[in-house]
Amino acid sequence: MSAQEPLLRVEDLRVEFPTEDGVVHAVDGVTYQVFNGRTLGIVGESGSGKTVSSLTTLGLTRRQGARVSGRILFEGRDLVTLPEDELRKIRGNEIAMIFQDPLSALHPLYKVGRQLTEAVRAHRDVSKAKARERAVELLGLVGIPEPAHRIDQYPHEFSGGMRQRVMIAMALANEPKLLIADEPTTALDVTVQAQILALMERLQRELGMAIVIITHDMGVVAEMADDIAVMYAGRIVETASAARIFSDPEHPYTWGLLRSIPSLDRPRDEDLVPIPGTPPSLIRRPSGCHFHPRCAYAQPDHSVIDPELRAVPGDSAHFVACLLEPQVRRTLWAQLHAGRMPEEALAAAGLPEATS
Amino acid sequence: MSTRADEEEGSPLGEERGRATPAAPLPPSARTGEPLVEVRDLVKHFPITKGILFQRKVGAVQAVDGVDLEVKRGETLGIVGETGCGKSTTARLIMRLLEATSGEVRFDGQDITHLKGPGLKAIRREMQMIFQDPYSSLNPRKTVGSIIGEPFAIHGLERDRAQRKRTVQALMDTVGLNPEHYNRYPHEFSGGQRQRIGVARALALKPKLLIADEPVSALDVSIQAQVLNLLRDMQRQFGLTLVFIAHDLSVVRHMCDRVAVMYLGKIVEIGGGDPLYDFPRHPYTGALLSAVPVADPSASPSERRLLSGDVPSPASPPSACRFHTRCPKAKERCSIDEPLLEDKGTGTDAACHYPLTREELVAMGVRSSAMHATPKDG
Repeated sequence: MSAQEPLLRVEDLRVEFPTEDGVVHAVDGVTYQVFNGRTLGIVGESGSGKTVSSLTTLGLTRRQGARVSGRILFEGRDLVTLPEDELRKIRGNEIAMIFQDPLSALHPLYKVGRQLTEAVRAHRDVSKAKARERAVELLGLVGIPEPAHRIDQYPHEFSGGMRQRVMIAMALANEPKLLIADEPTTALDVTVQAQILALMERLQRELGMAIVIITHDMGVVAEMADDIAVMYAGRIVETASAARIFSDPEHPYTWGLLRSIPSLDRPRDEDLVPIPGTPPSLIRRPSGCHFHPRCAYAQPDHSVIDPELRAVPGDSAHFVACLLEPQVRRTLWAQLHAGRMPEEALAAAGLPEATS
Repeated sequence: MSTRADEEEGSPLGEERGRATPAAPLPPSARTGEPLVEVRDLVKHFPITKGILFQRKVGAVQAVDGVDLEVKRGETLGIVGETGCGKSTTARLIMRLLEATSGEVRFDGQDITHLKGPGLKAIRREMQMIFQDPYSSLNPRKTVGSIIGEPFAIHGLERDRAQRKRTVQALMDTVGLNPEHYNRYPHEFSGGQRQRIGVARALALKPKLLIADEPVSALDVSIQAQVLNLLRDMQRQFGLTLVFIAHDLSVVRHMCDRVAVMYLGKIVEIGGGDPLYDFPRHPYTGALLSAVPVADPSASPSERRLLSGDVPSPASPPSACRFHTRCPKAKERCSIDEPLLEDKGTGTDAACHYPLTREELVAMGVRSSAMHATPKDG
């Protein structure tokens, strides 16, 4: 869309873990980009590869013996081949990450202040006093009351939401250009989740950083993301602007995510459309389209042909990996969106029942 | 996999069940619409102690503090609230898994608050529970067959082994598990299937009351709908009364006829699902609804009013109205004079001196089906 260079460009990233049972294909040829000041939402279930792709960006899968191929270009440097000591200068400095569970990501035996000053001093040559000043400032920035007092407390003295604020403060210590947030609000209550999401949006406006937010919650991405990538079994199956993903989703898995969850703005008694079956094994993946065993609209050849990510006619920023004809997909979604069940949608599109 | 298929198959289990549970004489109140469970002024305080040898009580966590509740026959009652609001404790008190500090629980017209021994065991047959974590709530060393058959063993039913196996397999079929997997162990199943095992075990004795405590929050998104649909189908098929506990307001709205909202050990609002979601009167209910992220990027989240601060400690809850420390509408009266749960004339009972108005709700950015009757155009 923009002529501007992306801040982060991931090209054909593949991450494999050799295990006793076989090779786990955690990430299988993923390409995406993130621009300055924008937010990319990566949506998927456990085992879809969304976390592994982000950990790999920071070189955090190297120690697990991952086999990585492809390129991760951050401001022109390829993070895949960057030596560990070079990567350390970027990690926590130019790219920072916050994790799902703030309690296990904070060290329980060190005061919050010490952990924050460590983050500052790891990348900057400043005195302890200066670093502490900065830590107090950071705690204030993320909305922790009485930061000068709270800095001398231990993580267990903070509530869940406050701990996540501390994590965000730590991530922001060196004013990163890119913040990767992996399920940042999944462990939190709704009212606290709303506070944390609002905080991330405010900080993005003030500091102008790019955000990659990883989540399974369609509501959270709708609120946060400018662009969305939907991942399934290690691949991106659909990517588009957030508005398009919600108004004109093209992939049956995306439909499933949208229609299998009750939503406050759908009729109360509307039937949910579950996605049948379970997420596939990443060691022995289904043949053809990886989603075909769970797809209500799969046709016989879909278990043979592996779909490529192709541009959707009429929108050069909307890509989908689906073997159904664009016209058929449009009919199917129109039916599902109107509250019909998959069988009715199939009949309306003139397709036979799924073969799986 | 499809739970719809189960429904069509009907229940071969229906007859089996009849034999499994000797027909109890129907109590006089056995009609729909009448309360199956009545909870009066239920209180549960967990003592906080100090000292190792000589333990002194220095305080109490007021987990549940004066809850009144009725669950009508055949209905689904939802209990929502954030962590620590007492929703699970309330469920455990009803189940008699915890001993109440004071108050009364009546089940089927009988006071069960202090039942012991055989009386308690008999009541336990009538109420079953499904837990949040399908990994820790199934014994890893037992086969699925013996897990689902355990309730029969406990209550000395279905003594004939072959007959018990047939009954268990019929149950497995009903909840969408392959009956051939009778001899498998829990680790061989996925999270969603394990939750089905939990449902089958809960249904084994054909209970009158089923309490589901966060039954889908540990499951992957694509699996949640499968389990929600299963619970709904089972409720219709067996005529169950269901208490559904969850923190997810959308899920509760989808599942429940009536909803109770809890905050710090008290019910702050209770009413039918439609009025409660369309016109919540308690500011806390409004704040909860306003905080739910909506899967619609065109909605502007900036209009949402955020609750400030955290939930106070239940060991020293705020005086009078417990929400007054975080309430945007709080006035002096709210910290002195405790509001009672009373009919606000719009279909719900709320415990608030200054209930929300329509205008305030709109200003909070609360979206409801009534205000957005038509789904957005594609």
